[in-house]
Amino acid sequence: MDAHIQVKNLDAYYNKQQALKNVNIEIPKNQITVIMGPSGCGKTTLLKTFNRFFELTENTKLTGEVLVDGQNIYDKDVDVTEVRKVVGLLAQRPSPLPMSIYDNVVYGMHLHKMKKDRKEYKEAVRHYLEIAGLYEEVKKRMHDPATSLSIGQQQRLCLARGLAVEPEIILGDEPTSALDPISSQNIEARLLELKQQYTTVIVTHTLRQAKRLADYVIYMYLGEVIESGPAKEVFGNPKHERTKQYLEGLF
Amino acid sequence: MGMKKNRLERRHLMEAFMKALMYISFVIVAGALGLILWTIISRGLPSLTWDMVSQVPKGGYYMGKEGGILNAIIGSLYLAAGGTLLAILLSLPIALYLKTYLGQSKWGEYVRLSLDVLWGIPSIVYGAFGFALMIAFGMRASLLAGILVLALVELPIMTRAMDEVIRRMPADLEHAALALGSTKFEVALNVVTRQMLPGIVTAILLAFGRGIGDAASVLFTAGYTDRIPTSLMRPTASLPLAVFFQLGSPYPEVRERGYAAALILTIIVLAVSFGARWLSGRLNKYTIK
Repeated sequence: MDAHIQVKNLDAYYNKQQALKNVNIEIPKNQITVIMGPSGCGKTTLLKTFNRFFELTENTKLTGEVLVDGQNIYDKDVDVTEVRKVVGLLAQRPSPLPMSIYDNVVYGMHLHKMKKDRKEYKEAVRHYLEIAGLYEEVKKRMHDPATSLSIGQQQRLCLARGLAVEPEIILGDEPTSALDPISSQNIEARLLELKQQYTTVIVTHTLRQAKRLADYVIYMYLGEVIESGPAKEVFGNPKHERTKQYLEGLF
Repeated sequence: MGMKKNRLERRHLMEAFMKALMYISFVIVAGALGLILWTIISRGLPSLTWDMVSQVPKGGYYMGKEGGILNAIIGSLYLAAGGTLLAILLSLPIALYLKTYLGQSKWGEYVRLSLDVLWGIPSIVYGAFGFALMIAFGMRASLLAGILVLALVELPIMTRAMDEVIRRMPADLEHAALALGSTKFEVALNVVTRQMLPGIVTAILLAFGRGIGDAASVLFTAGYTDRIPTSLMRPTASLPLAVFFQLGSPYPEVRERGYAAALILTIIVLAVSFGARWLSGRLNKYTIK
């Protein structure tokens, strides 16, 4: 397996409470990996360690390593803003910035000074809005506030905004849970289109969504990774009793 | 169903009582405001002539003869605008620093506590403090000294008001910007300030209102003069002191003009309030509700 992210001996604590217990996994490049498990199993915590969001919560402790392309992102000389540029995030609820639609997409590119002039920025904004499947809907109102969009449109805007900083990895923390069914489908379709170019890691507690999206599956329970492997194997022939019970909807 | 009637009646009675209490409080507050406005309007309006706002005092003005208080109007605008501008330059960075790097930490609470203490210090003490410094540096009463002391008076109010607003910044929004690779400073500058701009404008307004209405802090530091200041080093008149001096006059006409000066001050504060509200309404366009 061509692993893009490798997690080694990872332990995570909120105050004294251990949220991740000795996690060792590998996440394959340019595929969709789905992390699933019951509420409170640590799947969101695990996701947050991939873009160093875990440290935003006060009184947390983390030991172990998370390697992206072989580089430990927790090394002292690693710049956290670089990590977050490479590892993008699609949050649970769309959270547009208090700016226009155009400025939302251009914001990250400006931060990292990714283009030379206005024209290039403008083209890039169009490009990423097209990838997110939003361009046609907003091309005539680029300078309207982002909040004038529907929730589903906002989530696609957030996708475009995230892609605009040219990440290699996209994290999705239940990225469709706040959306209506049609908008959810739309986001899922985008993620499937994009998986050739991006390593995608999605946390979900919808089993059906996991089955629709996953190439690779990680099943967690009480802070431990119980089972991980290609989707076909885990869904078709789970090795562990706990995984089997979860897939059968027993808890 | 009759068994719980008694208890219910007591609860409803309590509600009626509390409602009456709130209503009475409202009437008292609204009544006081109305009475103040009535007093300055009824006593000040008859003396409020065009000369009052377009001329500086002429010889004999303080005995009821010709002239106006343009010196105090311009002086107050200079003082309050200068003081507020200077206070913004210090308050916004402090408030952002509190939010971004200190948060709810021990040091953050210490800074908030010191600001609250500064807020509570009477402005005459600021005036005396400024005066002592001026003597030490051999400075005379001047527009500059008045501006500096007013900035000090306004600083704690503005900072704490901004802090209370900025603290309510939705975490989701900050995280969205961080996820794109912003530094915390970039989040503060590009996102927090934008999202909280209407509240920040309100904080500035609050401090401006305190600054322009403050008499004690400018009494020793800015002095008083019948001329409009032509440089930062000249003394300047101010409206609160114009009110104060004229109300203390033995001449009834001059006392009436004192009320007119108070009316002008009130109108300026109202105009600035409405202006700022209008502005913050416009700035509201992009904020996330």
